[in-house]
Amino acid sequence: MEQSPLKFRNGIKDGLPIGLGYLSVAFAFGVQASLLGLPALFSTLISMTNLTSAGQLAGIKIIAALGSVAEIMLVQLVINSRYFLMGVSLSQKADYSFTTGKRLIAAAFITDEIFAVSISKRQKINFKYFMGLAVLPYIGWTLGTVLGAFAGDVLPATVQAALGIALYAMFVAIIFPPAVRAFNILFTVSLAALLSCACYYIPFINNNLSQGFAIIICAVISAAAAAAIFPVKEDYDE
Amino acid sequence: MMSKLAHMFILLFAMAGITYLIRMLPLVFFRKKIKSKYIKSLLFYIPYAVLSAMTFPFILYSTDNFYAALIGTIVALIAAAFRLSLIIVAVLSCAAVFIAVIL
Repeated sequence: MEQSPLKFRNGIKDGLPIGLGYLSVAFAFGVQASLLGLPALFSTLISMTNLTSAGQLAGIKIIAALGSVAEIMLVQLVINSRYFLMGVSLSQKADYSFTTGKRLIAAAFITDEIFAVSISKRQKINFKYFMGLAVLPYIGWTLGTVLGAFAGDVLPATVQAALGIALYAMFVAIIFPPAVRAFNILFTVSLAALLSCACYYIPFINNNLSQGFAIIICAVISAAAAAAIFPVKEDYDE
Repeated sequence: MMSKLAHMFILLFAMAGITYLIRMLPLVFFRKKIKSKYIKSLLFYIPYAVLSAMTFPFILYSTDNFYAALIGTIVALIAAAFRLSLIIVAVLSCAAVFIAVIL
């Protein structure tokens, strides 16, 4: 309780490692968008207005296929639903400096990592600290996308092809370690992967269901099953 | 018929709009805790399920050559098992694909 209030520059310092991480993930995203044929500036605009990796990857696939507005909104709703719970949790953690107007601004910068750092603070957090925390991740995310999108356009085909796996490899790095340690997570990711493969390899499903819808259906079924069989005890605030 | 670019921009704004609403609504209007254990559990598992469904089997088709992608996937799984950082896992996986394509 006797700790001094967090300042803008404390936020900047805490945001630096997140920003560096985002630079590399966004680079991989930029390459992926370029491989799908999206213009570099368009991909950059996506990153500047969305700030979310899995949602953006699903989004660019739908955009490249010129899917429907309903599809892209439903897919984002499911993939990004976790931000809803983070928003609820952050709402408790925010101090009086978060007026309604400032909440409208801060909301755009809720990501898994920014949330995790905010919630790990012992004291309540103020608006200046939160925005300091968001600055470098936002710059890293934007800059990484620009670099990746242009790199994807100019690199030789063999290198491009190799970079195409980067974002997926990062997803493996996110889900595999917790899955190996915790059976409930292993169950969730295995079921989701199995269902997703079924949707892809069974011609009847593949021909009648777009990739975006297939992913959210598989994800919701797996998460719903896991939640029913293995209810989570602790709070989301890991 | 609208142009391709107009269609792309409409999808971009739809995506950005819904993503913003998901973040904004609870922060502005929801100032109590979620009580339901089931909803909390569901939202806990969703990210893992989404990432897994997005990765498999698509990682195997993420490069032009299936076998190179398969090698890259195995390398990523091994690197991840050693709990290496995201960027190291990605670099090793890309390198494996690159070498496999060249050979």
